[in-house]
Amino acid sequence: MKLALFADIHSNLEALTACLDHAAALGAARYAFLGDLVGYGADPVAVLELIESHAARGAIVVLGNHDAAAIGRPVHGMNLQALTAIAWTRKRLPKRQVDFLGALPLSVREDDRLYVHASAAAPERWTYVTGPRQAAQSIGATDASVIFCGHVHEQKLYYTGAGGYPMPFQPVPGTPIPTARHRQWLAIVGSAGQPRDRNTAACYALADLARARITFFRVPYDHGTAAQKIRAAGLPERLARRLERGS
Amino acid sequence: MLAPEPGIEIDGFRLGERMHVGSMASIYRLEGPKGPLPLVMKIPRLGAGERSANVVSFEQCRMVLGALSQSPHYPTVIAYGDVETTPYLVMEYIEGTRLDTWIERAPLAPQETARLGHALALALHEVHRQDVIHLDLKATNVIYRASGEAALIDFGLSCHRHLPDLLAAEFHTPVGNWVYMAPEQIAGERCDPRSDLFALGALLYQLATGKRAFGTPSTVAQLRRRLYRDPPPPRALVAATPPWLQEVILHCLEIDAAARCASAAQAAFDLANPGQVALTERAERASRAGIVKLGRHWLKARNFAPSAPPPPATDVAPLPVIVVAIATHETDEPFFEALRSATRRRVAADGGCRIACITVVPPAAALSDDTPTGRHIKQLVSLRRWAKPLGLPEERLTYHVLESDQPAVALLDYAAVNEVEEILMGPGKEAAQVVAQAPCSVTVVRAAPLS
Repeated sequence: MKLALFADIHSNLEALTACLDHAAALGAARYAFLGDLVGYGADPVAVLELIESHAARGAIVVLGNHDAAAIGRPVHGMNLQALTAIAWTRKRLPKRQVDFLGALPLSVREDDRLYVHASAAAPERWTYVTGPRQAAQSIGATDASVIFCGHVHEQKLYYTGAGGYPMPFQPVPGTPIPTARHRQWLAIVGSAGQPRDRNTAACYALADLARARITFFRVPYDHGTAAQKIRAAGLPERLARRLERGS
Repeated sequence: MLAPEPGIEIDGFRLGERMHVGSMASIYRLEGPKGPLPLVMKIPRLGAGERSANVVSFEQCRMVLGALSQSPHYPTVIAYGDVETTPYLVMEYIEGTRLDTWIERAPLAPQETARLGHALALALHEVHRQDVIHLDLKATNVIYRASGEAALIDFGLSCHRHLPDLLAAEFHTPVGNWVYMAPEQIAGERCDPRSDLFALGALLYQLATGKRAFGTPSTVAQLRRRLYRDPPPPRALVAATPPWLQEVILHCLEIDAAARCASAAQAAFDLANPGQVALTERAERASRAGIVKLGRHWLKARNFAPSAPPPPATDVAPLPVIVVAIATHETDEPFFEALRSATRRRVAADGGCRIACITVVPPAAALSDDTPTGRHIKQLVSLRRWAKPLGLPEERLTYHVLESDQPAVALLDYAAVNEVEEILMGPGKEAAQVVAQAPCSVTVVRAAPLS
């Protein structure tokens, strides 16, 4: 069974639909949305409608820090552009979607897999997994064999080596990586809606659960339209430029 | 887990004779109904007293072999068991002669050393092309098939540059075969395909001289001597070693990976074309480095930092060879010029490529008017005359006179042996055959029609 994993979608409808189409073409049968569904982008309502419909069919959805902020929960450490976008988003979400976000869990455990937005060590603190030390803390907080997460926008795979300390690996898009179950893995699937590694293509990952393999992907999408929508909505210009430059 | 005994069955595979017991795994021949391939099973050594690295090495082997496409240059993987419960790997049994058979008979004739080295370099090129580095090249890990092709076995210490390196954190002393290990491997570098070229050089050295280039180190301090001490030049041990062979061997054995042959394909090319090897000071070297040079190397080795590995090979064909087939008896200057323009465009598109100018002549016996050598030189002069207007540096051009009654077959053979990327040639019945059968792209060049 193939499981498609999306994180940091940030109200980018063009990126999300491109990734969903890509995953469907590769035979994805299940979906997981790893938080930060909204914020930054101009299509929060349409993006949430799409994710709600997947959730109704059994998709896994967890809460991200931008989602928490968008429903009025206190979230620290956001910059001005993020706060501007959150304020703009809050005004547009219908009550049904506010309730949907409000009901989302911080993490989901299913068999030997854990789904969470940021570090599995205290998910509510939104700790960034930016290196092996944070990865060790996240992995140390669970006995799950694989942690799927986002929050950090670049794709990365950590795996426990000798002595249990995580080793970082930079995945190559399109190359399946065997993830043997006797090790622990932490997969940051990358941002679908706001890539920041100077590559405009959206990020996502596809896990083949039966064969214990994970493949990271980069999907080019119509980032021009997504950026135009941000400008038309009167959101900060910088947010539009980020999509055009992928930075 | 006890070492499995011959006769027992694992997942439907019946173990036959135990063929090999290594330090990390055992190899069994498989019995049973005859399939399309003879098979072996590799089982890691586990249990009390065994190293935990054995299972990691096994896991790495399975992952890397599983990611390689099918090829005669390494075993095909048929099945594997779960690493946790029943770790095993079923793969093709490669029939042939192991390289150590020749090592025992060394020193070999230079042509024999070059033939074995050329086949091995092509096998290395095949794995390097897929971004895999073997890192444990030794005489018992190379098998020559009856066809002459070399196959690499035991990928237990290998590294795939697009997959996590499970072995990276596993060892505290340099892991691999110390006799053939490259300096950067000693320093812990596991991502440089040129480490395999160093091992290739050390194997060629042994084939050509019968001696190990760096002896048999038993301590890390002895192992580290190769960071500054050069081996005695092969010609100092076997005077009959031709300069070109010494050049290739010592080029592969350079301490700095960046100073070695650019790629396995380049080493294969040199070994197949002795006449085209660019000879340097290395070719004529008669003794090891003097005290001053040695001292300099020793000081440098104290802070040895490996050169940065080249970028992964995806989309980067290592030093592509472009063949230009030139019929030197023709005098059709507009056509020659068209062939030059096509060559120029090809060079402009890929600044790193190498142009092999080739002409095919009938075997010497078929002609009576000229001495073979004189004829050969005339052909080379014509090829050089054709290439001169290209204005390319000398090291980018090579010239070959092939003898054959069948020009198309000669070109096809050359293309297959030398990993040629593209052939440029004129139209005609040979072109039809080359286009149909070439292992690479073929461009048929025509002169612009006269208006």
